[in-house]
Order: sequence, then C-alpha cells, then structure tokens
Amino acid sequence: MADYLPHTDAEVATMLEFLGLASTEQLFAVVPEALKVQAGLELAAGQSEPDVFARMESLAEQNLARADRMVCFAGGGAYDHEVPSVVRALGGRSEFMTAYTPYQPEVAQGVLQAVFEFQTMAARLAGLPVANASLYDGASALVEGVNLGVAASGRPTVWVSAGVHPHQRAVLATFAKGTGHELVEVPLEDGVTRWPSDGGQPGVIVAAYPNYLGCLEDLGAVRALADQHGAIMVVAADPVSAGIVRSAGDWGADVVVGEGQAFGTPLGFGGPYLGLFACTLAQVRRLPGRLVGETVDTEGTRAYVTTLRAREQDIRREKATSNVCTNQTLMAVVAAIQLGWLGTRGLAEVARRCALGAHYCHDALVALDGVEPLTPGASFVREFAIRTPIPARTASERLAEEGFLAGLVLADLTGEGGDGSVSADGAEHGLLVAVTERRTRTQIDAFVGALDKAVR
Amino acid sequence: MSETRSDVIPRAAAGGRATSAPIMGRAAEPTIFELSESGRSSYQLRTTGIPERSLADLIPGDHLRPEAPPLAEVSERDLVAHFTRLSARQFSVDLGAYPLGSCTMKYNPKVCDAVAGLAGLAQVHPGAPAHLVQGWLEILVDLEAALCEITGMAAATLQPAAGAAGELTGLLLMRAWHDANGEQRRRVIIPDSAHGTNPASVTLGGYEVTTVPSDERGCVDMAALRSVLDTDVAGIMLTNPNTLGLFEEDIAEVAEAVHEVGGLLYYDGANLNAILGVVRPGDMGFDIVHMNLHKTFATPHGGGGPGAGPVAVSERLVDFLPGPKPARLDDESGDRFGWITPPRSIGRVHGWHGNALVLARALTYIEVHGADGLRRVAERAVLNANWIRRRLAGSFDVAYDRPCMHEVVFSASALRKDEGIKALDVAKRLLEEGFHSPTVYFPLIVDEALMIEPTETESPQTLEALADALERIVAEARSGDHSATEAPRTTPVRRVDEARAARTLVPTFDARGD
Repeated sequence: MADYLPHTDAEVATMLEFLGLASTEQLFAVVPEALKVQAGLELAAGQSEPDVFARMESLAEQNLARADRMVCFAGGGAYDHEVPSVVRALGGRSEFMTAYTPYQPEVAQGVLQAVFEFQTMAARLAGLPVANASLYDGASALVEGVNLGVAASGRPTVWVSAGVHPHQRAVLATFAKGTGHELVEVPLEDGVTRWPSDGGQPGVIVAAYPNYLGCLEDLGAVRALADQHGAIMVVAADPVSAGIVRSAGDWGADVVVGEGQAFGTPLGFGGPYLGLFACTLAQVRRLPGRLVGETVDTEGTRAYVTTLRAREQDIRREKATSNVCTNQTLMAVVAAIQLGWLGTRGLAEVARRCALGAHYCHDALVALDGVEPLTPGASFVREFAIRTPIPARTASERLAEEGFLAGLVLADLTGEGGDGSVSADGAEHGLLVAVTERRTRTQIDAFVGALDKAVR
Repeated sequence: MSETRSDVIPRAAAGGRATSAPIMGRAAEPTIFELSESGRSSYQLRTTGIPERSLADLIPGDHLRPEAPPLAEVSERDLVAHFTRLSARQFSVDLGAYPLGSCTMKYNPKVCDAVAGLAGLAQVHPGAPAHLVQGWLEILVDLEAALCEITGMAAATLQPAAGAAGELTGLLLMRAWHDANGEQRRRVIIPDSAHGTNPASVTLGGYEVTTVPSDERGCVDMAALRSVLDTDVAGIMLTNPNTLGLFEEDIAEVAEAVHEVGGLLYYDGANLNAILGVVRPGDMGFDIVHMNLHKTFATPHGGGGPGAGPVAVSERLVDFLPGPKPARLDDESGDRFGWITPPRSIGRVHGWHGNALVLARALTYIEVHGADGLRRVAERAVLNANWIRRRLAGSFDVAYDRPCMHEVVFSASALRKDEGIKALDVAKRLLEEGFHSPTVYFPLIVDEALMIEPTETESPQTLEALADALERIVAEARSGDHSATEAPRTTPVRRVDEARAARTLVPTFDARGD
C-alpha cells in the first residue's frame, strides 16, 4: 500500500518493455532461484503513515525517563541542556539534513562552511589548532585519539585513567582486541588519578577533564608524565566546562577528544551524538576522519573543501589513519549553530550556571543526614558523586516515583563490583548527579527534599 | 541522439522533474566570525534563582581560565540569516535527484523525522533504568527482529554508529569466533572492487588484507579466490550486489569454498537496497552482515552523518555480540523488556546503545513499507538503474555489459581519449544541469568510472531528464565543445582548488593567513 515510489503501473510496464522484460521478476534473473525469498519476508504488510506514527507515539509515551516530564539530574556524558527554537529550526533545515558527504564541493558550500565554522569553534574550546569534522561520539573519538597516539609514539602501551567514563573505557577495550594495544588502567584515589611514579613505558597517556565523577584532574602532572615517557597526552574533556575552566590544550594535551551532545543535540536515548576531536599541527596528518579546509575556486572566490584526503580510507585503504567514512556532520552543523547562538558570553554563562547549580545542589545534599560526598576534597565543575546510605539504585527508583531522574547509579556504569574508579561500596551506594543551566533553585530544593525522604 | 533513445515516457507529464538548482548562492557568505560584533548576543537562559557566588570560591584558581573562550557574537536574526544563506549554497535530496552511486541517496520520508522528534523518544536519557524506557526497548527489539528477517540472520547488535563501525564490529566478531576455536588466523580476503572502508577496517581488526581480482564479468574470480584460500584465512568481506552494481552469481560457491577452510563470510550491506525481499545474505551463506540504515532505510544522511550500522549474525555468532543489548524478557511479573549481555560478548562498541534516533527512523520506514513495500523498493531501484543503463548505453561504455542491480557503472574512457573530457568534467558539467553528480573514479578497477545509482524514489520523468542531460553533455563534447572542463559555471562556487587546500592548510578561521 503506502510508499514513496512515484512510478505508475503504466510507467513500470513501459520501462520494462524498454528493457525487453516481461515482468519485474525478470529484473532478478541473475539471482540464483534456489537462493531467492520464496514466499516474501515474514514482516507485517505495509501500514499507512498515520497508523505507524500512532504506534510510535504510543511507544514513546511508554518512556517515562523524559527530561521534559521528569526533572533531570542525570548526566554521565548525556546532558539536559537548553536547545532553543532557533537551533531546532535551523538544524532541521532539509538542505543540511538530506545532503550527503560533500564530495562535490561546488554544490556543498553550505555544509562545508558550517563544518569549517564548527572546526574553528571545536578547536578553540579544545585549545588546539586543528579539529576534525566530527566522529561518532565521545567514545569513538577516544578510540581514534588512542590510535593516533600509538601511531605517533610507536608504542602500543596505553595508560588510561579510571576517571575516563566506564563506557568509553569499555569501547576502548573492545577495539584494542583488534589493534593489539595494551591498555593499563590507572586507578583513582578519592576521585582523582593516582599516576604511577615509575614502571612501564607508555606510548599514550589518557586522562579525563573533568573526569566522569566530575572531579578536576591535575593535567599539569599528566603533561609532565607524558614528557617523562615521551608519550602522547590524550584528554577526554568536557566541552561545556571549557567555558570556565582552562582548555585541555592549554594544559599541554596533544589530542583532545570529547562528547559534543551538549551543543544542541537532544538526549535521544544515547545517539546520535557528536564526537569531538582536536590535535596539534604536528599530528594533523594522522588525524582521523574528515577535515574541511579553506581555499579558493578558479575565480579566486573563497571556498571550502574536504582536505588532506590522502589520510582517508577511500584513498589510502588498508593504510588509512582510520576507517571512518560517515561521521556525525549534522550534529557538527547543529553544534556550530548552538555555539553561534550561545556566543562567547553565552557558553561561559552556561558553564558558570552549571557550576553554581551543581555546587548549590552538592552542598545541600551532603548536608543531609547520612549522605556524604563520594570524592571528598576533589574539586568539581558541574557533576559530582554522592554516597547514599541505602543502595543508590533503590534511592533512584524512589526518586523516579517523585518525578526525578535522580542521576546515574554508579554500579550501572562500573558493574556491581566497582572498578578502578570506585570501590564495590562506592558502586552500590554511589549516585552521579549532574546539574545543568536548566535546573532552577526550586527544582533543586525539591530534589534534595525528595532524596532526604528516599534514603530513609 | 542514441539509438537506445526512449520516447515512450510522456515528456509532457507534470511533476517529477527534480532538476532545480539553488536560487541563490553566487554571493560568498562571510563566516560567522566575520559577522561577529563584540557585545551582540542571542542566547537566553532560564531564570534559576540560584544564589550567586564567585567562581573563584568554587573552583581552584589554577583550573579557572582568565577569560571565556572566544566564539562568535551575533544576534538571533543574523544567526538565522547566516545559516539560511549557507543552506541555499547546498545541494540536497529534497532539492533534486542525487544519483551518487553506492550512497543510496533516496528520498527520506518526513514521517521518520517526525517520529525522531517525538519528545517521548528525543528527550529520553540513555542512562535511565530499564523500567522507565520500555517504549525505547520495544522499538529496538522490534527493529532487531525486522533486520534479522530482512537479512536472514539470527540476531543483531544495533550499537554500531555507521557502516564502518559495523565493519569493524563484524571483524572483531570474526576474531572472537576464531579465538574461541583456538585458532590464530591472519588474513581477510577482499575483492578489488571493495569500498575503501573494508580494507581500513580489516587493518583495525588486526588482520592483513588479501585482495582478489574481479573476473571479466565483474565478479569475484573463483580461481583466484581458491588460490588464496587456506586455513590462515579468517574470512572474506563481500558486497553483493558488488560495487559494480552486479550480483555475484557464484555466491553459493564462494560461501562453500570459504566455509570449507573454516573462514567466515562478511556481508557489506552498503548495497542491501537492491535485494530487499528478493534474496537474503543469510540464505546466501553469510555469517555476518552490516547494514547502513541511512542508505537502505532512508534516514537522512545529514551532510555525512549520522548513520547507523547494525550488525546481524548467524546462529553460531550470537553469543559474541556486543552488549548490553535490548531483549524481551520472559519474566511475566516484571518489565517486558530489559538488557542482556551475551555470554561471550566482545563488549561495547558504542558509548550508549547506538544511534537510537536513527534506529527509530528506520523502524518507522520498515513498518510503513512492510514486506510488500520493501520488495517494491528493490524492484524499482533495479528497474531505474537498468533503465538508465540501457538508455545511456549509446553515450558511455558500460563497464560490464550485463544487467545490473541497483546501480550501474559507466566509463568515460572513450570520451577522455577522443575529446579530453574526463569523468570529473562530466560530473561537474552535470551540476549545471541541476543534478548532483554520480560517484566518480570508483570502483577503482574501472577507468574513468561514473557510477549512477538513481534509487527507487526518482520518477521516470526525472530519469529521462537526467539521461537527457548526460546525453547533451556527451554530444556537446563530441561536437568539439570542450567547455565541460570549465564546469561548473552556475554553482555557488566554481571548481575548487583542492591542491591549495592541502598545501596551505587552513582548517580553522584562526589559521587564515590574511
């Protein structure tokens, strides 16, 4: 029934006749008969758009963990930030949405220039001179950063701080099975990485800033360690915090990766998000994925084009710097629009409000009887972990009934036994709380009150 | 005019001629940084009521930056005008036909965008407990089932964010399988017509590439394949139909030969559109299949992403799939859906659960089409490609003269030899006619390749107009008019100096020399 195929039956007949065929079935004469689907796929018959939409709408209604209906204190790499109407309107333009990779730059200046502007903004936030056109998400950007680091240092040993998001560490471990990189997890103590003073010779050192528990790490020490070992320093940095804290590039990182969802992309149950990747000029020929550069056309008019293409898989094939082809261009364009909307003062103000709200919330929570900071003494920006007197999962379930997405239960991230970032007790009782600029004092006060009841 | 010329499609028919060019676009657009005026702004934030404190009281001084990172400062009106003007300098499927071979640039139904925009999907936090996201889990479980039925496989992971991520996931599954059998195999076979992502993924999967040539029919050379098959081969990666748009007729024989030495068959689903409801990779003998949902299931390509690259596997690989994966639970008292981790899982390949909003779009597309509609998609895609193939047979050499599937590869080799007009010139000249260019210089094994994939959503009238335009371009060159080397002349910019972009790298506004 319903479809998007323009051909009339008469036109199909005419086209078949032009091809000298008697039926559409004959179009598939080259397919061996024994392999063909005989009775059709076992899927329901096509339904009308409104019927399908109604079903999807009812499925959507069954999702309760919505930031528009519950008050969201959940973060952990996915944040409930303001996405204004203007960003949704521009980012939803079909010229951006329904284009492909800009292989023909003459008719792709819109996307190319928007990505060039995105690269500029991403590089400034990272504090490095080059940023690529995006990768899939924070996790894939980290994997590519480590791959670059190993290639640059020539050494496959990678020291990874346990402050890197547990999911990102897990993805890193999965892909290391193919590349053969040797990952060494460096544990946290009271929320910050306890780097070894000697032993081993890492080619890459990976830290997070702030780390996934929200704590600010001493990146100066990481730089010194990288210098000591001649290693490449990779930092997974929160780009929103960069509105008020020093950029990872300023601390001396060679590669800065990150999750850019905060810039105009909805929570969307985890994707599509935006992988941020920036590096020093020394590493630009090892950069993964696409890069847009400025140039001119034959008349000398300014123009944009994807460049240093010889790094890429479609040209270099098995010797490419990465296998990435499709990336997250639309999210990069949206991020450029969102950052254009925020501007210099807006991003700083968002980061400042996140920090104000987080500290206000933190102080009120740890003042509750039985609630303690999980990483006492560590400085944080916009996210922090607390220890609840009852298992955090129970607290989270009770708070959900009161309309709060309480934050992430650490055991859900690290596994029940904890890992190098938190102990088993910390995993069971730890709750990771994020506060964005959208949270009001009234909401925070209500949350604190509800948590006080929930943990009794 | 070619002798295969068809006048049977009514020329006067209204509609369907998607040939318009951008109405604006010759004026260069300044960057947002040049539009910036210090003191201007457009952001507005909620009133929070949170008591003011100095940042210096909250964050140690050595972490604080002295001043905000510079971005642009523009008004909302300027922001809208800037990005709207940029959008007018951009070709898109919604604007016109996009016959870019291998990329399946079909029309993207708007209902899929509307579904992805539902707050009950778009506003859901990925870290929320399962009982609060039952609707999402049902969508993912249903999509997995549909993709398995379409490909003839047993189970799938929805985590990979794009085709290349799916390839690497598939290779890691291959590795896990051989490891579990206590085997160390080193090589993966790839035909010389393969997409570049295949060899790049093989390297990242820790394998070495062995390339096999294509035979005179454009298919895998069976004798050459047999000569490289041994117990060191972990598997083979194939696209079927292959990148020449041709169906690998010997696929059953290939599968048998590879399985015989203990290797696995990997199906690159880039061209799945051609065979929907006609033949399934699982029935051809494949063990691992990735799909490009942004191609086959019509989610918008976004100027180069986001995509989604789920990987489906045969029964023997199910236990190795990435986790956690959404599942229907048997527990009647509790939630209907939850997360499970396969017993021998290779681990996570995505930060969360995959590109979920792309996945929801794909399920919507599949449900609107159903079994009957998906089959019709393949039929029309193949019909359109073969029509173009026959219609233009007098203008270009067909790389391999046999019926094609969803795309056809022409060669401009003769045009180059006779007139000095290259495939690239034809591609650029076609832009002036209001069409996007075909893919050029791919597959690598065809000289001066022009790869056309019309897709099923272009009407006969659009195909006619596209064929007319290409014929006109060839006729023009043959008549001694070689101005195609200067094309395009009507686009927002003229031919771009790519060498200069690489030589004098300007990857950001700050790197500008002037």
